[in-house]
Amino acid sequence: MIEASGLTKDYGAKRAVDGLTFTVRPGVVTGFLGPNGSGKSTTMRLVLGLDAPTAGTAIVNGKRYRDFSAPLHEVGALLEARSVHTGRSAYHHLLALAQTHGIGKSRVTELVDLVGLHDVAGKRAGEFSLGMGQRLGIATALLGDPATLLLDEPVNGLDPEGIHWIRSLLKGLAAEGRTVFVSSHLMSEMELTADRLIVIGRGRLIADMSVDEFVQQASGKVVRVRSPQAERLSEVLAGPDVVVTSADRGTLEIHGLTAELVGEAAAAHGIVLHELTPLQVTLEEAFMDLTRADVEFRAVGAPAKKEEAAA
Amino acid sequence: MSVAGTASALPRLERKGKVTQLRVVLSEWTKLRSLRSTRWSLLVGSVLAIGFPLLFATILSNRWGHLSLRERAHRHPLDVALSGVHVAQLAIGVLGVLVITGEYSTGMIRSTFIAVPKRLPVLWAKAGVYAAVTFVLMLPAVLIAFFGSQAILGNHHILEISFSHPGVARTVIGGAVYLMLIGVFSLGLGAIVRNTAGGIATFAAIMFVIPPLLNILPSSWNNAINPYLPSTAGDAIFSLTHGSDTLAPGPGLALFCGYTALSLAIAAMLLVRRDT
Repeated sequence: MIEASGLTKDYGAKRAVDGLTFTVRPGVVTGFLGPNGSGKSTTMRLVLGLDAPTAGTAIVNGKRYRDFSAPLHEVGALLEARSVHTGRSAYHHLLALAQTHGIGKSRVTELVDLVGLHDVAGKRAGEFSLGMGQRLGIATALLGDPATLLLDEPVNGLDPEGIHWIRSLLKGLAAEGRTVFVSSHLMSEMELTADRLIVIGRGRLIADMSVDEFVQQASGKVVRVRSPQAERLSEVLAGPDVVVTSADRGTLEIHGLTAELVGEAAAAHGIVLHELTPLQVTLEEAFMDLTRADVEFRAVGAPAKKEEAAA
Repeated sequence: MSVAGTASALPRLERKGKVTQLRVVLSEWTKLRSLRSTRWSLLVGSVLAIGFPLLFATILSNRWGHLSLRERAHRHPLDVALSGVHVAQLAIGVLGVLVITGEYSTGMIRSTFIAVPKRLPVLWAKAGVYAAVTFVLMLPAVLIAFFGSQAILGNHHILEISFSHPGVARTVIGGAVYLMLIGVFSLGLGAIVRNTAGGIATFAAIMFVIPPLLNILPSSWNNAINPYLPSTAGDAIFSLTHGSDTLAPGPGLALFCGYTALSLAIAAMLLVRRDT
């Protein structure tokens, strides 16, 4: 269980995390989504006590991280930035961390085998590929058999086989009743792994709901219509929050209105419809829609619209 | 590399223990011995501490007949035996900085502080392990340097001094104590600066750059300040005699211990406060 409450972090004049409040529950995989630079890594560092929050608190399994007397048994963490001495072998890296908690060599060997680093455990970590580095990071996180896992972009650099492996590993860990909190900027990945989502943009909470709810919420607002009077229809539907696009002649995709509203508008103006279909958007589209206003490095000229963070 | 094809469940860990200072010490010992840079620096430090005295003893033995009486009078057997300490302090000091800045530059420090979030046990363990390792290696080194250089000089019956001569044992062992303290002092500097280049530069500035600069000051000022500089106080630990303008070994040792403690104390204060 991870509980953030009003969590805020300033780096100089820049606010990296802005009043985040959320709860990550055990038993399911919770995805932590946001564009690059939205504050995901900072939030994780605050939870782990690496950085001190400017305001607010982060509580893990009922305590502040720094107050644990055996933190590796409580929380396993994989940080996005590499956190391994490049001159040390994978085995000695794990052993040194294990020894702080009196964890034995057999556990280290067990983890090395589990993540598939058996053949390279004696090699200096600086010679590792990105994928091998990720596996070492995952072994580090699992070392203490922790109740809570915090993984920052765990699939980064993994090959397809590795990605498949980490997905089933995470689901398995959650099924055992652990809290699994996984950040990513890849929606497609979260769609396959996560049950719940916490979405942030520019350090602020945008959404905290199940993956299904998240997709549904966005899906209700996209409708495909086919009509011989398509041009007339798009004039009728025009409004400030409505975007109408046309892929084929006579076919419109309407963003921002439900199927009901489109049908009623057509009837009121006597417009013939040949098709009226609410579209299922992908998680990716839903995410893009929600975070469009919150992407930090936007192409110049794109309008900075709506402040409707569904907090 | 071999790849785990299917998901393996995480095996449970039966015995779960707490973080203790002793366990962190063991962890830091593993870290220290598992790096190539450590082994090289310590090897170089030992070789320098032994090699220079043997080299100087050989040169002096061969050239003794060519030296004026005045020049001969200025040579002291312990200066020869402990000449390596001055050189080895560079290797020991640089490694002391690296012991901590190496973790910052690679990001290892985050793994370390996730495992030991109270942080201070890490600093104490690093300092303790590095001090012990340095002393255990440098004590035999200065003893070999003393007896080796004496054997060479003794062959020519010049600059002979007995280990049991008053103050000699204290001075020789003082060389190892000084190297141990310099290691901890520089480790503290590394923890304060958190950057390898900056840490080494700070160490070199304090020990090697500032002292000669003081010669520019009026000599009354220089004489007043100089005995209390870390480098001069440190020298006193492994000097047989001391003049009116330098500290006696006891006060020198006390003062240099003070500088070392100060370096660690500032490091500790910053370590707990700063973001990582």
